[in-house]
Amino acid sequence: MTYRMTFRGAAVPAEPGQSVGAALVAAGILDWRTTRGSGRPRGLFCGIGVCFDCLISVDGVPGQRACLVPAGDGMHLGDDARHETVGHGEDGGHAGDAGGPR
Amino acid sequence: MPYTHDVAVVGAGPAGLAAAVESAEAGLAVVLVDAAGQPGGQYWRHYDESHARPGDHRGHHGWSAFTRLRDRLDVLTADGRIHYLPGHQVWLITRDDPGVFTLRVTRSFGGSAGRVGAGVSGGTETGPSRAVAARALILCPGGYDRQLPVPGWDLPGVMAAGGAQALLKGHRTLAGRRAVVAGTGPFLLPVATGLARAGASLAAVVEANGTLGWLRDPVGAMSVPGKGVEALQYAVLMARHRIPYRRRTVIREILGEDRVEAVRMARVDREGRLTGPDREVAADLVALGWGFTPSLELPLMLGVDTRKDVDGSLVVVVDDLQRSSVDGVYVAGEATGVGGAALAVAEGRLSALALSASLRRPATAAVVRRLQRAIRRGRKFAAAMHRAYPVPGAWTEWLAEPTLVCRCEEVSYGDLLRACHDLGAEDARTLKMLARPGMGWCQGRMCGFATAEIASCLSGRETTAEDLRSLSTRSLAFPVTLGELAALTDDTASDGTASEATTERG
Ligand SMILES: Cc1cc2nc3c(=O)[nH]c(=O)nc-3n(C[C@H](O)[C@H](O)[C@H](O)COP(=O)(O)OP(=O)(O)OC[C@H]3O[C@@H](n4cnc5c(N)ncnc54)[C@H](O)[C@@H]3O)c2cc1C
Ligand code: FES
Repeated sequence: MTYRMTFRGAAVPAEPGQSVGAALVAAGILDWRTTRGSGRPRGLFCGIGVCFDCLISVDGVPGQRACLVPAGDGMHLGDDARHETVGHGEDGGHAGDAGGPR
Repeated sequence: MPYTHDVAVVGAGPAGLAAAVESAEAGLAVVLVDAAGQPGGQYWRHYDESHARPGDHRGHHGWSAFTRLRDRLDVLTADGRIHYLPGHQVWLITRDDPGVFTLRVTRSFGGSAGRVGAGVSGGTETGPSRAVAARALILCPGGYDRQLPVPGWDLPGVMAAGGAQALLKGHRTLAGRRAVVAGTGPFLLPVATGLARAGASLAAVVEANGTLGWLRDPVGAMSVPGKGVEALQYAVLMARHRIPYRRRTVIREILGEDRVEAVRMARVDREGRLTGPDREVAADLVALGWGFTPSLELPLMLGVDTRKDVDGSLVVVVDDLQRSSVDGVYVAGEATGVGGAALAVAEGRLSALALSASLRRPATAAVVRRLQRAIRRGRKFAAAMHRAYPVPGAWTEWLAEPTLVCRCEEVSYGDLLRACHDLGAEDARTLKMLARPGMGWCQGRMCGFATAEIASCLSGRETTAEDLRSLSTRSLAFPVTLGELAALTDDTASDGTASEATTERG
């Protein structure tokens, strides 16, 4: 069975066991967020959960690493207006540019 | 108070898997925490086993060594002798009472597919973050691809070499159709041949060094004979797939509007100074890697001694029993120096035997000596490889002012130049404070090495361990929600230990 997810309204297929990020890349979608500063497109970079370039919202939960989240049938990716403040202790955290609408 | 295990092993890659099964078989109560959903780490990364296909392990070196370790892990987990927490990352470790470490762990991902949840045994699913306690630690956090910034490296379609490999091995996904693999080191070859075998056309493998570099240390290079055979196999595969191998060449710029379209490359001399004219090739995937660099946030959080290794990366100092400078903290695998999977397994085993011996569970002296010999040989080989494939000394000359150095905070080389020349930053710590490289989501994992090198180069001196440390220290190993942080403060309000740990550093 092939899963069906949606990304900004478009259907994205995924093989069970693939990550959300891998499924997007396989569908030819290489970027899914923009940077806070110069609004540049970003997608996968490290592929293993350490660079945080690939942040995306999954079923309304923002700030997920697309390279780690396993794809699921019916998942809604991207486009979610809710932001969550995330801290890593350096400067008290900043509101995520991740997973928010463009 | 959570149950106190004899030992907490962090990481289920080659080092951590070996450490966990060896500790449990020696009779210790073990908790094994790993950010990945299934064991294997980077080297033995593989497709989700619940959806496995026969071809998944083609070209996977040492696969039977993995399945043997994994089978032992399964038995020990079923017997309750290892409490295995896959899909969980440790974001903070504190030593609340003398002799007891508290690890704060949270899910690595909150996806609704729930594969990870299925593997979690005995967990109290009360909140997003939980505490795990242990009397000793074996830290095996591995590492990630080491990066040097290059104009255009933030374009979609540019990936870490290991990341492109991980996408293939872990997700059966080819990141592009026409690839350039660039940087330095023997690891570029398996990445390139892996992509080619999966159907990509390889425009070039771009290697900054000459490939006979190992002749600089032939004795070291020969200390692990099996490696020569492996190298030969890759050479054959490179020839079979007709992959152009460009030695002493670097990528000058990655071109494209909103995604990669081409790269410009140029020849360099031994020190990395540009010598030849530029040459352009089309590509839709660029995989970059300058070797690997260890993940040191957990060891540094505990205050262990670190040093600069032969390859210029910061690593943990350990003795010949894998003990760090902090009592009760053992470290194994890439974190003690990048050296590959076989070495990581040997170090993981040795750390477990050393720990159990310290708890008066006698280990066979002959086995300990055998492992120590294997580790010494492995280190010699790794050092020879590091000397053969160095980051070229003149690499900062490839940078242009607009080149992005810190991807997260979008700090350019020009910003760093100004912080040094106009504001007087002379070391990495000051540079980080003034220009904010390494202050974003990844906390310097991607730009830390490069920023430390830029800081020292602009001040006309060698990079020091202190430069590297100021970009490797992280107050929290992973970002957590403010709710999780607040819960921690409530938790420890009585003694304040954890809240101190989050504010002191950074
Ligand atoms: C992306 C990538 C691909 C690689 N591919 C190859 C390859 O194909 N061939 C090869 O020879 N070498 C490869 N390497 C090199 C590889 O690192 C070593 O060969 C080997 O895997 C090292 O073993 P290790 O046990 O030290 O670390 P790793 O295998 O890196 O395992 C470390 C584990 O610790 C986990 N971890 C780290 N921090 C935390 C934390 N805070 N909380 C919980 N878990 C944590 C990680 O998720 C990981 O599962 C690769 C490296 C990388 C980064
Ligand atoms: S690609 Fe780096 S964290 Fe996902």
